[in-house]
Amino acid sequence: MSYQGKKNIPKITSERLLIKGGRIVNDDQSFYADIYMEDGVIKQIGDNLIVPGGVKTVEANGKMVIPGGIDIHTHLQMPFRGTTTVDDFSQGTKAALAGGTTMIVDHVIPEPGASLVEAFERWREWADEKTCCDYSLHVDITHWSDSTKLEVESLIKEKGVNSFQVYMAYKDLYQMSNSELYEIFTFLGEHGGIAQVHAENGEIIAEEQTRMLEMGITGPEGHVLSRPEELEAEAVFRAVTIASQTNCPLYVTRVMSKSAADIISQARKKGNVVFGEPITASLGTDGTHYWSKNWAKAASFVTSPPLSPDPTTPDYLNTLLSSGDLSVTGSAHCTFTVAQKAIGKDDFTQIPEGVNGVEERMSVIWDKAVVTGKMDENMFVAVTSTNAAKILNLYPRKGRIAVGSDSDLVIWDTDAIRTITAKTHHSAAEYNVLEGMELRGAPLLVICQGKIVLEDGNLHATSGTGRFIPCTPFPDFAYKRVKARKQMATLKAVPRGMYDGPVSEFTAMSRGGTPSASTRSSPTKAPLRNLHQSGFTLSGPEEAPIRPAGRRIVVPPGGRSNITSLS
Amino acid sequence: MSGTGYQGKKNIPHLTTERLLIKGGRVVNDDQSLYADIYVEDGLIKQVGENLIVPGGVKVIEANGCMVIPGGIDVNTCLLKPYLGSPPVDDFYQGTKAALAGGTTMIIDHVTPQPGDSLLEAFEKWQEAADKKSCCDYSLHVDIPHWHEGVKEELEQLVQDKGINSFQVYMAYKGFFQMSDSQLYESFSFLKELGAVVLVHAENGDLIAQEQSKILGMGITGPEGHPLSRPEELEAEAVFRAITLGNQVNCPVYITKVMSKSAAETVANARKKGSVVFGEPITASLATDGSHYWSKNWAKAAAFVTSPPLSPDQTTPDHLNSLLACGDLQVVGSGHCAYSTSQKAIGKDNFTLIPEGTNGVEERMGFVWDKSVAMGKMDENQFVAVTSTNAAKIFNLYPRKGRIAVGSDADIVIWDPAKIKTITAKTQQSALDYNIFEGMECRGGPVYVVSQGRIVFEEGKLQVQQGTGRFISRKPFPDIAYQRIQFRNKLMTKQGVSRGMYDGPVYDVPATPKYITPSPSAKTSPTTHQPPPIRNLHQSNFSLSGSQTDDNIPRRSGHRIVAPPGGRSNITNLG
Repeated sequence: MSYQGKKNIPKITSERLLIKGGRIVNDDQSFYADIYMEDGVIKQIGDNLIVPGGVKTVEANGKMVIPGGIDIHTHLQMPFRGTTTVDDFSQGTKAALAGGTTMIVDHVIPEPGASLVEAFERWREWADEKTCCDYSLHVDITHWSDSTKLEVESLIKEKGVNSFQVYMAYKDLYQMSNSELYEIFTFLGEHGGIAQVHAENGEIIAEEQTRMLEMGITGPEGHVLSRPEELEAEAVFRAVTIASQTNCPLYVTRVMSKSAADIISQARKKGNVVFGEPITASLGTDGTHYWSKNWAKAASFVTSPPLSPDPTTPDYLNTLLSSGDLSVTGSAHCTFTVAQKAIGKDDFTQIPEGVNGVEERMSVIWDKAVVTGKMDENMFVAVTSTNAAKILNLYPRKGRIAVGSDSDLVIWDTDAIRTITAKTHHSAAEYNVLEGMELRGAPLLVICQGKIVLEDGNLHATSGTGRFIPCTPFPDFAYKRVKARKQMATLKAVPRGMYDGPVSEFTAMSRGGTPSASTRSSPTKAPLRNLHQSGFTLSGPEEAPIRPAGRRIVVPPGGRSNITSLS
Repeated sequence: MSGTGYQGKKNIPHLTTERLLIKGGRVVNDDQSLYADIYVEDGLIKQVGENLIVPGGVKVIEANGCMVIPGGIDVNTCLLKPYLGSPPVDDFYQGTKAALAGGTTMIIDHVTPQPGDSLLEAFEKWQEAADKKSCCDYSLHVDIPHWHEGVKEELEQLVQDKGINSFQVYMAYKGFFQMSDSQLYESFSFLKELGAVVLVHAENGDLIAQEQSKILGMGITGPEGHPLSRPEELEAEAVFRAITLGNQVNCPVYITKVMSKSAAETVANARKKGSVVFGEPITASLATDGSHYWSKNWAKAAAFVTSPPLSPDQTTPDHLNSLLACGDLQVVGSGHCAYSTSQKAIGKDNFTLIPEGTNGVEERMGFVWDKSVAMGKMDENQFVAVTSTNAAKIFNLYPRKGRIAVGSDADIVIWDPAKIKTITAKTQQSALDYNIFEGMECRGGPVYVVSQGRIVFEEGKLQVQQGTGRFISRKPFPDIAYQRIQFRNKLMTKQGVSRGMYDGPVYDVPATPKYITPSPSAKTSPTTHQPPPIRNLHQSNFSLSGSQTDDNIPRRSGHRIVAPPGGRSNITNLG
């Protein structure tokens, strides 16, 4: 069955494939139809299709055929202190395909101060060489300056990146101040980008970390103790406020706790454009393992924001995912070996952060949300694939089974039961945070770029076949509302006559200082009077008689009518 | 009603031997109402009950079944806060006069030192001014304009020697008063150890600064720019952050000036989750709204400028009154800070320069009655709680203040629920040339006001004397805020997991990492890049392996250590 034609032209296959008798499940409806694809694109959908002879046929036997999953958050081959995460773009995408995910979106993390475009190019090179499935890239903004602005603009306009992550944590490293966040969000809002945030209050974390270490807590439990979920919720709240202020769509990466998720759903109820992304780990397991006596096991769970020690969290997040309050799922797959994690064996703040999940993502959601009756199969498709495609502006090319869409398909076996274990997973990591978990639902057959890459449990992926999929700005899913609001939200000044009453004397040196807003930020501290704008010319501001300071100007009670013109 | 204007021994203002009997009133405390007479001597309540045995010749007030309530406590006034060097027009004399006329017999003023000033000196300056001029008892909050190590000593002194137990910090006024989250964390931690109440001015100053320059850039320079640049979301955000900090540090948080629905909701939600947080709406936010910022009359619009601003949402006052009535908000202040129109006009071409503050010390009690009690939201006991008792409890004045009981100070108000008054600048006690409540009708008002055992307000006439007010010192660790905190402190001790030493392979970190870890700030982790601590053999019962023999051999970068899937058992001891 492993028909692999024309390996020498990996990017454009002329493979033809017919899937017969499947139930096509999109995010809006399910129906029985056959699918015919050619050259990596879906050509026909319907009954009794007329197809060329000799085409390879897959019998779906009434099983679900869904759009391949999109894992919107991975860190493959991520550099870390001179080494990289153990799952490179080849290993990681193989694991993705094995789990039914046919596209990943990886994070480019430039060093603070380094060029974003150069980092982007480097990631492109790594990925082009090794990925086995299509990919896109988010770029993390790790510092903010005018030159960064230009780079972000060129990434949006020329490089096909529409989503940028900023950090509210990692003090003195990646962390952005509120003012910087405001500027970045404003900029992204104007240029049609999606602002992704790592939402945790870095300043408080830094304080708590110091306190924990002082108390002698150095193990992985210190990680979660120093990052309580309130700090996540606080940062989410702040990010939502800034985004709503700047009218920029917001995307919260890694929703790990109930309280953070609650803040997002409340904000959505109030009409904010905000998307929440729980990850495989937060949907599948909890943070009680940080207290494991096995250091290596405890350390394998270290990620930020941490998994919540509240064991009811996964169930709660699955509920919100089902109700639509959380929109997409990622894996935040970022794997380190035990030896790498052990860099922090004496100080939890040094443990490299990241958990696995790219392979388990789809199954975890099926098992925890669909099997439990929280979610239907269409919503399953929405949260694992379609919504991500919409946010990235790749819809309907990705995230939908329709004529003209890429033929990234999965035949999903709802009855399959797998036990997750590091012994059999495709990641190179020695630990699996879901170790021992039985999950119902698994891919039976995975088609990527029109080729069968997983069949009968065998993976036939080829490194380097993955293409970079450029994302365009202003995705409708996020920006339609934003654009409409921009038109409505114009602020207007009140036309008034010039105030020509007495003005108190004040000293320019202002030892007393104004308790009112930052004089720094008010460019027009003493603006010259614009005579063109006023229809009145009797008195200028400078003509007020000089009075001794502290002398009270007596005016009739109720204020006198010192306003010249009321238009 | 007996004779008016009896003023004995004016020459000993601080220790009067005045004797007073209030007969036939309904004594309303925050917990119950009862009919009883009150006998007052030497500024203290000596007896409460029926058929009291009192000395002859005592002055008698017939209350005729009217409510007799503890005098109001206004927890938020600024009677000396300078703006660009000039003080507000209502000083301690003018301001406390207005307070007494409204039924408030004690104020707590804000000491507002400038960044760099000594807190102690500022405190003494305020105390001196108030001692000279105040007509009623007062206490002081001290604002912390700037956080640094030197402040700590002064704070300690203020708490231990000066009788101050509340300090305000600012999350707004960027580049001036504003503190970063780390500074807030440190100040909260420190103030909590002292047992002080942390007052927070909650607005996101960074965003305000951005919005202000944006709005000025759009050519909006009038007072409407003030609320436009400070939308209520920024208030709610800061409230949320302050509460998070408070929870984290386990420190009580008091939000001054709750002005918007969303900020109030945030406080209410936090209280439901168990946070120790108090919210203080002010006269202006309970009685009026921010639609006036758009008034064509510049002077009128500017009069409303205060921070956080009044919400343009006209349903706000009603909502805040509801939360006040149900106990989600606890205390009412006035935020009284009176700048004349000509002072406000400093910002006539730039709203960011308009001095901030509204009046309200005189109207406070009346409007709470009018908007909450007369509307059926609140009963008379809750009225006493929010105007007086809760403030006394939070700031550790209870039961000396805030209650009518034997031994309490004789700060008493006879309240007439039926009295109707139209607010106007013409008849107010304040020296302001305007009143933001101009023309509003208010039901409920004081008939008699007794302060320090003396009648100071009677049938619409004030008889006050400046300098009679005493500084009331306050002890730290008020029960209402700190009892829970102390229990939680005991519960919240965290423990590390006792594990055997990890003795598996460790990836060798190059000394100059080309890529930095996305893991937390290296600056704040004191043990970065240090050799592993010496193993404490007493704590471990296992002694096979110490640090690895190959610890010092750098591994080839990119070299992967192969271990069997599932992780190998590289842990020596599971205690």
